[in-house]
Amino acid sequence: MAANPMTQFEVYRIGPEIKINQIDISFTNASLFMIISALSILLIFNLGSSKKNIIPTKIQLLAELSYSFISKMISDTAGNKGKPYFNLIFSLFMFVLFCNMFGMLPYSFTVTSHIIVTFFLAALIFIGVTVIGFIKHGFGYLKLFVPSGVPLVLLPLIVVIEIISYLSRPISLSVRLFANMMAGHTMMKVFGSFVISLGIVGGWLPLSFSVALTGLEILVAFLQAYVFAILTCIYLNDALNLHH
Amino acid sequence: MLKKIIFFNLLFSTFIIQISKSAESGGMPQLNPEFWISQIFWLIISFGILFIVLSKFILPKIRNNIELRKSEILDNIETAEKQKTEAENTLKNYDELIRKSKNESKNYFNDARKKIIEDIEKKKQALDKEINIEIKKAEAEVAELVNKAPEKIQKIAIETSSDLIRQLIGEEVNNSSISAIVDDLYKKNKGKYYGN
Repeated sequence: MAANPMTQFEVYRIGPEIKINQIDISFTNASLFMIISALSILLIFNLGSSKKNIIPTKIQLLAELSYSFISKMISDTAGNKGKPYFNLIFSLFMFVLFCNMFGMLPYSFTVTSHIIVTFFLAALIFIGVTVIGFIKHGFGYLKLFVPSGVPLVLLPLIVVIEIISYLSRPISLSVRLFANMMAGHTMMKVFGSFVISLGIVGGWLPLSFSVALTGLEILVAFLQAYVFAILTCIYLNDALNLHH
Repeated sequence: MLKKIIFFNLLFSTFIIQISKSAESGGMPQLNPEFWISQIFWLIISFGILFIVLSKFILPKIRNNIELRKSEILDNIETAEKQKTEAENTLKNYDELIRKSKNESKNYFNDARKKIIEDIEKKKQALDKEINIEIKKAEAEVAELVNKAPEKIQKIAIETSSDLIRQLIGEEVNNSSISAIVDDLYKKNKGKYYGN
């Protein structure tokens, strides 16, 4: 095999080593793509919001459609109470989406294929949602772990399961995104190396697979960003409207 | 829910096993903690900048744009509705006007017709009067003539009969006796000749 399919996930330093108190915070290729993603989002949405046409231009339409898309998603899952968290969910969705999409460019780096990044975002959401829940409901938030209508005998078991399910939220949220991105990119790399190793005669089949996988991966990139955002909305809904 | 938890726990545990396996062979760069702090640091910076700029500057602008468009569209719809009712009113007025003017023209026509008929009637009456007068005059003349006729005829009859008698017998006859006879005859046959 020509190359290890995992080398695409390697992080390397760009520029000098930066250390604060023995902690390495050097600028890496991961940092580069985070900054690129953030700046392109800002650029696109700044262009899309600077004009105030009644009939929108294409880029304005793009910005406004994404705005109403996220807005509708929040009001569908978390209701009107979710409105104040719109900015955060919008930023999250766009950041994840752009990181995923930039990862689709050849020779680029996929920020979201690193567990530490997705786990940090998921932990941020988890802690935030838990704090919001306790602020809104006080200790009543703990009722989330006690579903109504459960026989008394089963209650201890159910409570334990609910607590585990609640605590596994950041893990499932982060691993879902990370594993999807990593698996997809690894597959593409593997098929790509098949094309090289099988040459001009046998390489066409893996090449066509690679083309199909590219389409699939673009879909997955969008879908995972959407799932990430909508799960955030659902967790937020649990914290805002105590249903149990 | 239970299934999901078990599934994810399984996934995660297998994942950890994989991680440890591949970490030994140096396979997964994701698990190399060398740059974890750096990644978190730059994630906070980039995501923080993104979040702050989006929520402070860009998203309010987009929201304003959308609301502006909505209100403008509502305004336009309102004006359109207003103009529609206005147009409908104008159309109604126009119809009314047309109806009125039609009525008026009908009235004019009827008036003119009445006038003409009256005029004709008047003239006819005047003419009738004249004709009646003429007829009466004529009738009077005729009556006079009729009234005078017997006398004349009597005279003629008397003259003729006296002439005849003279020619026949060569003798002068008294006119008065002849006239008495003629009168007598006339009275006898009056209905025969002048019966109207």
